[in-house]
Amino acid sequence: MNKNYFEIKRAGINTTFQDQGRSNLYHIGIPFSGAMDNRNFQISNKLVGNEVNFPTIEFAFQGPLLKYFGENINFAITGDVKFIIRKKSNAIEGNCYQSFTLENGDELDIISTNKSVYGYLAVSGEFEVNYQWSSCSVNTKANIGANNGKKIEDGQKIYISNINKNLSDKKLNYINTKIENIRVIQGTNFDYFSDEGKKIIFEKEFVISKLSDRMGMRLEGPKIENIVDTNIKSEGLLKGVIQVPADGNPIIMLSDHGTIGGYPKIGVVISADYDKLVQLTPGSKIKFKKVELADAETLFKLYDLETQNLISQI
Amino acid sequence: MIKNISNLGDAALYCDFGSEVNKEINSKVIRYFKSIQKENFDGVNNLTPSYNKLIISFDLRKKNFQTIKKLIENLNVTNDDELKTNRIKIPVCCDENFSLDIKRLEEKLKISRDKIYEKFFGKEFFCYMTGFIAGMPFLGDLENDLQAKRLETPRVKVPKGSVGLTEQFANVYTFESPGGWNIIGNTPKVIFDSTKENNPNLINPGDVVIFEQINKDQYYNINE
Repeated sequence: MNKNYFEIKRAGINTTFQDQGRSNLYHIGIPFSGAMDNRNFQISNKLVGNEVNFPTIEFAFQGPLLKYFGENINFAITGDVKFIIRKKSNAIEGNCYQSFTLENGDELDIISTNKSVYGYLAVSGEFEVNYQWSSCSVNTKANIGANNGKKIEDGQKIYISNINKNLSDKKLNYINTKIENIRVIQGTNFDYFSDEGKKIIFEKEFVISKLSDRMGMRLEGPKIENIVDTNIKSEGLLKGVIQVPADGNPIIMLSDHGTIGGYPKIGVVISADYDKLVQLTPGSKIKFKKVELADAETLFKLYDLETQNLISQI
Repeated sequence: MIKNISNLGDAALYCDFGSEVNKEINSKVIRYFKSIQKENFDGVNNLTPSYNKLIISFDLRKKNFQTIKKLIENLNVTNDDELKTNRIKIPVCCDENFSLDIKRLEEKLKISRDKIYEKFFGKEFFCYMTGFIAGMPFLGDLENDLQAKRLETPRVKVPKGSVGLTEQFANVYTFESPGGWNIIGNTPKVIFDSTKENNPNLINPGDVVIFEQINKDQYYNINE
């Protein structure tokens, strides 16, 4: 049997296999990981006729350049991404949220994400990857997941099996909208901060630092003054938790975060806004808005319903 | 036994067992942790026990703060004698290539390295929690005269296997990682093994750890 595969001509900046992530491992020090933008991850799979939690290739900023060898296969890219399909005779500029077919020898050049961070590539087949704790998601810190827990590198081959022969074109009308403010619930150490600090966190703008990755997002801007203690006894963290270390600059924990930490928690980003949060690029501004738990629960229900509706439209 | 339950964001319960760090409070945390683990509640997707807190994360599609809070308030908590814990010996080599901060400790603590090693090796340490990076154990307690603060400027890369001290705690770096603990040696023992999915951690909360000093030859003879 002929093998179907991508040859990686250019790996891109931070290209990894991701699925829904792995749970129930915080207590041994392993975070969820998984696709940063869960909605776009699931939609990419549905556009190629897969189960929504199949492994995908996640990329950030500059994506990979892949040359395809094998029988015809469909792919779809989600996010806000510029990409080109190069065939023997011509080149086509692709659109996100639409499936395309790759033939033997075609090249897929994922040039960049536009004013966003993450994009997803799904194919109508199964990437041949290894699973650990029921997930292929790569955690480069502990070398867990597909590809020996490492980023995809130049020159390597990615094999694909069980290609769906019943290729039908699929499309979704969807635009990634930005939200004005990221909504936050007060954290468990909110009282560690001065009255001025408590005001600043919900009233002032912060700028996203270049030192942001899948582990965390660092913010710069007005300093948040701690009046109790700049350390707490180390305790559990979650994605979305906003910690403020001694320097007064907040750090938001993201999907590959360390599982415990010792900085006071001023707030937690609500679940409904996480997908939007991770797409904010370094250098852009971010502002927080305080909400209560009941509001956050309702907002998540609405967000999840919207995601399910989008998926069912495909 | 839980002093206070609050929400941490919209998808986690924050159980506060107190503010002190001691074996008694931590044992309560571990008992709750193991009991919840055993119940295998639908929708609970992570538990993070630490010194004196337990965080219970859940899937907001299936559960919410109030429903999980009720489950925890009505929980049947495991008794002390049902907890199985292990005694684990960890060999450590303090060759000068490994004991990166021993000089700093001699200066800060104003005692000799021999005295530091004498007070550290052969003593029983209790594992309060594991995490930050996969499998890293937080062990205590160091005697008062071994307690030093973190490095003023943390290292960008602490070598894998490094054994570090800070305040009343000791730990082992299971991966190369940034970090600010005072490194006194290195162990060749594998503390975290991701191929063992059922039990990747050599050291688990509640276990007793005893460090044993080895020389360079012994270090390189342990091939893990």
